Amino acid sequence: MHSSTALAEQFDDLEQQHESSSFGMWVFLATEVMFFGGLFTAYIIYRNFYLSAFEAGSRLLDVKVGAANTAVLLCSSLTMALGVRAAQLGKKKLLVTFLVLTLLLGLAFIGIKLGLEWRHDYLEGFAPGVNWTFHGPDWRHLELFFCFYFFLTGVHALHMVIGVGILTTLIIMAGRGRFSPQRYNPVEVSGLYWHFVDIVWIFLYPLLYLIGGRY
Amino acid sequence: MWQGFPIRPDQASTIARGVDHLYYFLTAVDLFFTALIFLTIFYLAIKYRRRSAETKATQVEGNLPLEVIWTIIPLGICAVTFLWGSSLFIRNSRPPEAATEIFVVGKQWMWKLQHPEGPMEINELHVPVRRPIKLTMTSEDVIHNFYVPAFRVQKDVVPGMYTSIWFEATSTGRYHFFCNQYCGTNHAVMGGYVIVMSPDDYEQWLSGGIRGESMASAGAKLYEQLACITCHGTGKGPPFVNLFGSQVKLTDGTTVTADEAYIRESILYPSAKIVAGYQPLMPTYKGQVTEEQILQLLAYIKSLSSGGVSQSSKPTSYPPSLEGGGQGAGNQNAGGQQSPANVPVPPGP
Amino acid sequence: MGGGREGNHEMGTAVVEPGIESRIHYLNASYGIKSWLLTTDHKRIAVLYLASITFFFFIGGAAAVLMRLNLISPQGALLEPATYNKLFSMHGIIMVFFFMIPSIPAVLGNFLVPLMIGARDLAFPRLNLLSWYVFMVGGLFTLYAVIAGGVDTGWTFYTPLSTTYANTQVISAALGVFIAGFSSILTGLNFVVTIHKMRAPGLTWFRLPLFLWAIYATSIIQILGTPVLAITLTLVALERVFHVGVFDPAVGGDPILFQHLFWFYSHPAVYIMILPSMGVISELVTAFSKKRIFGYSFIAFSSVAIAAISFLVWGHHMFVAGQSIYAGIVFSVLSFLVAIPSAVKVFNWTATLYKGSVSYQAPMLYALGFIGLFTMGGLTGLFLATLAVDAHVHGTYFVVGHFHYIMVGGAVMGYLGGIHYWWPKISGRMYPDGWARLSAAIIFIGFNLTFFPQYMLGYLGMPRRYAVYAPEFQVLNVMSSAGASILGVGYLIPLVYMVWSMRYGPVAGPNPWGAKGLEWQTPSPPPTENFEETPKVTEEAYAYGTEETQVA
Repeated sequence: MHSSTALAEQFDDLEQQHESSSFGMWVFLATEVMFFGGLFTAYIIYRNFYLSAFEAGSRLLDVKVGAANTAVLLCSSLTMALGVRAAQLGKKKLLVTFLVLTLLLGLAFIGIKLGLEWRHDYLEGFAPGVNWTFHGPDWRHLELFFCFYFFLTGVHALHMVIGVGILTTLIIMAGRGRFSPQRYNPVEVSGLYWHFVDIVWIFLYPLLYLIGGRY
Repeated sequence: MWQGFPIRPDQASTIARGVDHLYYFLTAVDLFFTALIFLTIFYLAIKYRRRSAETKATQVEGNLPLEVIWTIIPLGICAVTFLWGSSLFIRNSRPPEAATEIFVVGKQWMWKLQHPEGPMEINELHVPVRRPIKLTMTSEDVIHNFYVPAFRVQKDVVPGMYTSIWFEATSTGRYHFFCNQYCGTNHAVMGGYVIVMSPDDYEQWLSGGIRGESMASAGAKLYEQLACITCHGTGKGPPFVNLFGSQVKLTDGTTVTADEAYIRESILYPSAKIVAGYQPLMPTYKGQVTEEQILQLLAYIKSLSSGGVSQSSKPTSYPPSLEGGGQGAGNQNAGGQQSPANVPVPPGP
Repeated sequence: MGGGREGNHEMGTAVVEPGIESRIHYLNASYGIKSWLLTTDHKRIAVLYLASITFFFFIGGAAAVLMRLNLISPQGALLEPATYNKLFSMHGIIMVFFFMIPSIPAVLGNFLVPLMIGARDLAFPRLNLLSWYVFMVGGLFTLYAVIAGGVDTGWTFYTPLSTTYANTQVISAALGVFIAGFSSILTGLNFVVTIHKMRAPGLTWFRLPLFLWAIYATSIIQILGTPVLAITLTLVALERVFHVGVFDPAVGGDPILFQHLFWFYSHPAVYIMILPSMGVISELVTAFSKKRIFGYSFIAFSSVAIAAISFLVWGHHMFVAGQSIYAGIVFSVLSFLVAIPSAVKVFNWTATLYKGSVSYQAPMLYALGFIGLFTMGGLTGLFLATLAVDAHVHGTYFVVGHFHYIMVGGAVMGYLGGIHYWWPKISGRMYPDGWARLSAAIIFIGFNLTFFPQYMLGYLGMPRRYAVYAPEFQVLNVMSSAGASILGVGYLIPLVYMVWSMRYGPVAGPNPWGAKGLEWQTPSPPPTENFEETPKVTEEAYAYGTEETQVA
């Protein structure tokens, strides 16, 4: 991997390189919107068909844990943004600190989601295809809710894991002094990605947890 | 062998000619423009061919009036075609009031066609000529499609829901029908013939074949055997008299129409919609009734509605094996009728 | 020698010194398999794609040959129905996802986009290489599906057949397509960023060659549409693995929802397949009439309009699926609308010939054939957009005829025309034009004999995807199969002479056709960095005859 401060061959100048890199990330995020969008659409349609079952499923989720996770992610977006700022200002130690904090918060989210919530649902017998024990009225529609719950949060968690990988790479690069106020674009576009993953959760949380007819 | 090259199937239904006319129009448009483009290309490419290395082109940037013309004209043709096609389609989609309903169940890889009077056919459909026929269809497994080229109709046959088409055959004969939605290994052999008969021949065929009972009375038997009567005959569950086609108020305040889909859902997923004023007590019958049995129950419930009786092409008569008669509204007597000998008899049309 | 700037070379004045190359260019700049498998040069990646998709084309083509042989007799001359069903499924999957969708963008687009905008490479060269590897991995999964017994759900994977009832390699085939989809997305992303950010000085949007407008519009569709297919196929796979009920009504799912999600991508996908070809045609008619394109901005805007409207018409695949009449009416209107920009393009291409200086080399023959066949095939789309007619011909061979006219008579001919046109630039050699014209003629004849009878079969009522059929359909089927054998020969001949030309063809100069466009301002084959110095653009696209420009 070439030095981050070098101008890549295909570009005429650093400005073109930065612009292309940022624009490329925005285009990629557009594809991600469509990717999650398909899933959201299917979820909303089924929710419309089977409202009571989906509301029941929603009530089975732990709002407080979800809220805690939301707070974790929002904080991680804050630390990420602060990290980008630090990179802009050329403050290496601060940059690494914020990146590490973001990483830890991201790991915390994944831990809570998988280790706490998923594990709980699995043990309670609400894991479709793997451990589903509920056979009361309308159980198939409830199972459908949990299908979407696991798939939506699973795809989101996968994106978090990828984000964790990206952050790790950034931390190593930052540690080696690869970034400067003239060349911090990788941090910036990774920040865009991280914020996007956060925003997806901001949609997921209400759709899955909050509109369960409990309020 | 070569008596004439067929370009269209037989015109054997009331809508066939209309569809064919629209098709001819489209064919004319297509061939006209294809020929126009090919000939223009031919002409221009030859007239302006490069005769030598010195042949120069004359640059022509564009021509706004021409652009407008060749946008507006296609737009106009499209508008005409769209309006023609949609109005024909809307008309062709609405079955006449007095259509005879026949029920179709598709499964890998055969068709079961159930006449309301009782006869069930496999891969064959006898119908009378010049009577509107409505097919109400569902699948037991994957998506199929019932397609009669000579009638110019087809519709996907979807598991979990009812779809329907209608036709009125205009001439007697045998007409192919096909499964037209790929459904697995034997998709290509999942078809048969629609046999259109004169009304008299059809009556003869119908009565000749009845050994069993009408769908409605089979449904009446099921109503009893599956213990529906224990709730719906005692006031614990909503009554069925005049239910079909009516507006039903639900516990969540919404109102729905009690159509085929509603009744099927109520049998298989009873907790999906609870009628206002009743408790969610009904167990599901999923896995305990086949699609045909659901259709029989449907026929029975329809027969309890004055407007909703599925009209067969001859007066309903019941085989002597059925008890009773003239019990009017069937099972709605207070206090319930639990004894098995008391099979509720649907009122005749 | 092939160096130097573009002079006034007319075609045919190639330097005849086969085999002697003392100039360094992208093909000989480095040797060895590693230099190819680890390249980031967009031109080499294009060549990698060329080899891959040619391979897939012939696999999909072999399936088609077997299918048409089987259909010679009503009882199925050759194959068990189960085998036939797998063949048509694999034919569809391979041709759509591993030939048609990548063909022009990944081969010609990759090669030409940087050249046409005066850049040294795409914006993200390593991403480009990754795209190819992702494509190959997807291809491997799909080939595995073939070898492990095949998949027989059709390329459309309708549920609940694909989720619950099929017992063939659904998951590996779906996975193969899913993975290949990412290749499509990444390629589109690369092109969009490149065209936005890396144009040479003076190259404004409205000076771009129309090929780039077409690639740009295609890339938008690839970026926005493919992710929806990805998620849909993943849901199908999950349903198969975990036996949950997302699309199976027996467990609470809705099979029609699958169709909506599937066609939401797959309809725009067909425009991914045709738009680039339209872009090629714009290049070919101008080069071989020595004329500016008639109605440049109309063609440019039409490309974008097609891309935009393409996302709004998916329901026309579902007119008889059980959706409401009103949905049908809306989708019908929109489907008519999407036809208009295509019509505008056809008229503009034809008008470009007017007062031109027209020559008939093979690329031009392919272009002219495209215009006529696309007109016919596109207009049969109107039949399908017309509700009352679609109610009769949906699911029949009429549909098969329609889309093959567009994809084979249209897109593949455009692809072949483009490959022939840019072959000297790609390989540095000329192919024998006599053989090329002969192949074009054979393909044209074979194509029409194969697919025109299918319109008739469809209206007569023969359903598609039938391994056996009713005897009254036999005559037309035999005609179609006869045509297919001719078409097959027509496709094999170019394979032979193109490969031959790589070694024995006359060495080509920088601009054997005397065409306008930045790609012709550099040697054939180009050096790795494309241009010795970044060109500056001062004229419009297709600025032919600048010495006597007139407005008629």
